[in-house]
Amino acid sequence: MTQKKLTTQKWVKVGLALVTLAILIPLLLVLGYLLVKAWPALSWDFLTDIPRRGMRAGGLWPALIGTLYIVVFSLAAAAPVGVMAGIYLNEFARDTWLTRIINLAVVNLAGVPSIVHALFGMGAFVLFAGLGKSILAASLTLAIMTLPVIIVATKEALASVPMSFREACWNMGASRWQTIRTIVLPNSVSGILTGLILEVCRAAGETAPIMFTGAVFYKAVAPGDLFPYTPGEQCMALSYHLHTISTQVPGVPEEMLYGTAVVLVGFVLAFNSVAIIARMRIRARKKW
Amino acid sequence: MGEANGTKIDIRDLSVRYGPKRVLRDVSFAINRNEIFAIIGPANSGKTTLLKAINRTVEFIPEARVSGNIRIDGEETFAMRDVYELRRRIGMVFPLPVGLPLSVYDNVAYAPRMSGLRDKVALDEIIEDCLRKAALWDEVKDRLDTLGTMLSGGQQQRLTIARALSHDPEILCLDEFSIAIDPVTTMRIEDVLMELKERITIILVTNLVQQARRLGDRTCFLNDGEVVQVDQTDVIFSDDPGNKLTHDYVNGIFG
Repeated sequence: MTQKKLTTQKWVKVGLALVTLAILIPLLLVLGYLLVKAWPALSWDFLTDIPRRGMRAGGLWPALIGTLYIVVFSLAAAAPVGVMAGIYLNEFARDTWLTRIINLAVVNLAGVPSIVHALFGMGAFVLFAGLGKSILAASLTLAIMTLPVIIVATKEALASVPMSFREACWNMGASRWQTIRTIVLPNSVSGILTGLILEVCRAAGETAPIMFTGAVFYKAVAPGDLFPYTPGEQCMALSYHLHTISTQVPGVPEEMLYGTAVVLVGFVLAFNSVAIIARMRIRARKKW
Repeated sequence: MGEANGTKIDIRDLSVRYGPKRVLRDVSFAINRNEIFAIIGPANSGKTTLLKAINRTVEFIPEARVSGNIRIDGEETFAMRDVYELRRRIGMVFPLPVGLPLSVYDNVAYAPRMSGLRDKVALDEIIEDCLRKAALWDEVKDRLDTLGTMLSGGQQQRLTIARALSHDPEILCLDEFSIAIDPVTTMRIEDVLMELKERITIILVTNLVQQARRLGDRTCFLNDGEVVQVDQTDVIFSDDPGNKLTHDYVNGIFG
């Protein structure tokens, strides 16, 4: 009997491990294929130079820095609102019909297709708020789109802090907010950071929401200029740039297309790794 | 009023329900100043809920409905505006050992700091004093910066006791405090409790009837949310406490 149990356990373990490894295959294939195809185009100049000869030569600088602008602005708008809403929903809100509706809305907001967000953004920010097609309008559209991810991640991170910690603080006369500030938040930062990482990845990769609200086909900037845009104007962006050179411009060398994709993936990974390192530092410091 | 007859806590007609479930039913008794008041009773008899009603943390339970009243020094607790002040006057130790994810030092310094104490010397003093009373000082004095969560279960339990004493309470409530603590250390803490009652009032909830017998000046027997009997501890534990249920319970015939 025990023998049989052990054998079953072994097969289950092997099966699960194989499935897990299988996940890596498409990931490695995609990355490998992209890298091989892009190899001839990849150079430092490809990052820091501006597009030349009608996008058929030169580099990506305005698109790269544009994506950075959009990501930073959307994060600045979505992070505080999302984290605060998450704190309220998990720590303060009682279980009433209003809270349930809000929670339902958050979940549904996460399920709305990005093209719908794009149209909403155009109506609300570009036209109604009078921001015009601009970095600001594009960032706010992305912020609305990524808000649910941040709220849900924040709620889950807070919920993972044991209730007994809160009770111990309340018993000593600490208020809800004192407890949140001193015990709950410091121990859920890593989870909240994960939510923000996901936000960055989505914001950097999305094309549809920025297409109508702020991304532009070409913008003349100086190569390597760190502050080429103001928030009120339109900018180039990696995802939109990839879309246009793949579909709108004939005769772009293939390696430039793949190169752009590699830079986009690399951008997301770079942002990710900063956040992952920050997470690991925080996790290593605290544990129960 | 309270001052005159030596009553510290006066509980009148206290009922608590969690949704449709009645946990406490018309509980009434008074606890005297500077006594150790033991509460015994089988599981689910409402002992912990009673303590939560006293420091009003019962209000954190979404479904809870409370009626009746509790007076501390004659003052109606449910009417108090500053509930945090009330909770600081009461030290609370629940059975689950909880080390906060802070250093041992910061665990004990938490409450004093929350009420604004910043002076290092004063904090050091409070921390050593509380850890000594909780019989934990000797084990942690050289590693006050370890995480409270890294201590053993019994040490965390004593850390909880030290925290409960850190805000200098007038009332100390202990709910099964010795469950994770070895007998020798338990005895040391029991000695401290006997000293403490010179200054403060202690409520001791325990499943160990012998502990109630050793420490309690008076004992209350709670069963199924109702007070069966409140009397001098030697009466409760005598051959004829005057109530069959009490007699059966303390002698281990039921429960």
